[in-house]
Amino acid sequence: MNKVLRYGLQAFNYALFMAVVWYFSTSPTYHQLEDDQAVITLSFTHATKLSEECRRLTQEELLKLPLNMRAPMDCPRERSPLTFELYLDDKILTSSVVEPLGFHRDQGVNLFQRMVVKAGEYSLRIWLNDDINVDKPTYQYEQKITLKPEQQLLIDFDAATGGFFTK
Amino acid sequence: MNIINPLKYAYLAMEAWFNLAFGSEWNPLYNMGRLAFFFFWIVFISGLYLFIFFDTSLTGAYASVEYITHEQWYIAGIMRSLHRYASDAAVVTIILHMFREFALGRYRGFRWFSWVTGVPALWLVITLGITGYWLVWDELAIYVAMLSSQLIDALPLISGSMSRNFVGEQLSDRFFSLMAFLHFSGQPLFLIFALWLHVKRLSLVKVTAPRGLAIGSFIGLLVLSIISPAVSHGPADASQVTAALELDWFYLNVYPLLGYFTAGQTWLITLGTTLFLMALPWLPAKKTGPAAVVHLEQCNGCEQCAEDCPYDAITVQARTDGAKFEHEVTVNADMCAACGICVGSCPASNPFRQKNEQLVTGIDMPQMPINEIRNTLDKTIADLKGNNKIIVLGCDNSLDYSQFETDSIKVVGLFCIGMMPATLVEYALANGVDGVFVTGCRTGDCYFRYGNIWMDKRFAGTRQPVLRRRAKRSRIKVSRAAITDGTRFQKELIAFQSHIEKLNGDEELAHE
Ligand code: HEM
Repeated sequence: MNKVLRYGLQAFNYALFMAVVWYFSTSPTYHQLEDDQAVITLSFTHATKLSEECRRLTQEELLKLPLNMRAPMDCPRERSPLTFELYLDDKILTSSVVEPLGFHRDQGVNLFQRMVVKAGEYSLRIWLNDDINVDKPTYQYEQKITLKPEQQLLIDFDAATGGFFTK
Repeated sequence: MNIINPLKYAYLAMEAWFNLAFGSEWNPLYNMGRLAFFFFWIVFISGLYLFIFFDTSLTGAYASVEYITHEQWYIAGIMRSLHRYASDAAVVTIILHMFREFALGRYRGFRWFSWVTGVPALWLVITLGITGYWLVWDELAIYVAMLSSQLIDALPLISGSMSRNFVGEQLSDRFFSLMAFLHFSGQPLFLIFALWLHVKRLSLVKVTAPRGLAIGSFIGLLVLSIISPAVSHGPADASQVTAALELDWFYLNVYPLLGYFTAGQTWLITLGTTLFLMALPWLPAKKTGPAAVVHLEQCNGCEQCAEDCPYDAITVQARTDGAKFEHEVTVNADMCAACGICVGSCPASNPFRQKNEQLVTGIDMPQMPINEIRNTLDKTIADLKGNNKIIVLGCDNSLDYSQFETDSIKVVGLFCIGMMPATLVEYALANGVDGVFVTGCRTGDCYFRYGNIWMDKRFAGTRQPVLRRRAKRSRIKVSRAAITDGTRFQKELIAFQSHIEKLNGDEELAHE
């Protein structure tokens, strides 16, 4: 084949290859959100209440144990599950019962949830229960929020400072 | 049996098109693995340069990449673009390389090892790209960080949440340092190991592209880097989720899956695909013929077979039989692809030897020993009719040559054209054949690697054992073909027969 034609064909093939490389290197644009959406991220770790109180062993029970294991108190390590519900303008956005982690269910819970919502103003309400022996919410939180497009609102929780807070 | 395999046909057509433009030596489709290595070299060298200016901290990274891209655009910026685009080009070539081996059925049997080690090597390349995107610490990076954490959090056994590190304000430096470590040293070292393993069962592997291809692709990348330099997104901001991202689909393709599936399902899809790919060589399995066997009494330890073996299956060792030679060879049956190339390499395979007895050579294929090849050739020659007798010495993996047989054209098939001792051609001519038509896979390609290259060199006299000078070259023609080249092949064969006819006529005239 003619040399010029050959090099021309080569150039064409290189151009085609580079065009593929260039295109998929940034395109098509991926939309993880619509332009008018925002994200609420609910994320915290929390050691829920122990599911059983400590109990003093009876004399008989103690006698049945080997000598080196005769501790007077029996303190189960298992923790309560965590129940929560999250509302935006009184519509439920998410709710869940989260079991404690760990082989003995003794490591508390670890929560991470992302929710995509339309940007705008909302009244946010969230409650949780972290004690299986209590029949009502142990923490509650209410707050007016304004979500801008593409904003990420973090709902965090810290029992030591009184419960939920947003960032 | 001639099963129509559309993938293979499509691939061979593409290959023929590239042969037109590039010639066989520079045909990119023959050099995909090598081209991937070449792109890795560009990535490595540009990476070294970028490392000088990169600030390995969460707070400084973005600004340093901005400096690289905008202030020092003329060197560092171009290096960044080369780093990006060569990485992307590597993925394209690796995928094409994989597709080629698949389309041509070169992934089963003795090739299982290369195939199975190729898959994790590709995954390593992808994760290396992922940590690279992480280091820019822009909006895309925090997206990658966030979704990678979700994937990692979905794994059992790891308690605690990694995802939490990328929301709110308390972003921690530790993941960033880990990624920098992985990207700069951990992953590259693993990749080198994986690629070493990948080609471990092959010999004579080249880890750079042929010159023409190297120059062409480098110019291509350079032009692309100048026309459309790689740039960052806005700086990472944990209180924002960027709606529109310009993803690099070569590397970040797994993340959009998380928009449709849970992290657990995404793992299942990814691992399922990986396992499926890795299991392909056994769906269904393909048997490799029995390995080559050494006949020490005929081996003089010349080592040519060990040098020619494309699968590194022959080793040279000290003589064990007390013969006066220093060395002998042994075959590692596990590595042997049963291509027979060693038979063509052995000087003892000369069919003029041991004329009226069994021909025994130094290294032979049990399922088609050289003695049997000579017998078949003798019989086939005896069957030829007419005045212009042609023998086609064929390779079983290119084209079914038996379809071209006529009374005066007959075929003797071999496993690979590299299996043919050059002296076999002279033997045919000396025993009543008027012309020998030598075939094989397309030049630049060989089903078994190197078979037709060795043949060319033996014919050119540059590799032992050679086709002797005095061989009647005008009665020998080399014509190569793939399964799709039947028409052209037939034309060349007919033209060769006419050429032989004319030659015979001329010689008769000269005699008279
Ligand atoms: C990750 C980057 C990769 C590189 C740099 C690479 C490079 C190479 C090279 C240089 C060869 C030797 C070619 C020759 O000289 O004949 C080779 C062989 C091979 N590769 Fe790869 N490869 C890669 C990935 C893959 C993948 C993902 C697969 C498929 C899953 C694959 C499948 C094969 C097979 C089956 C062979 C054996 C060819 C033969 O025996 O003829 N490779 N590779």
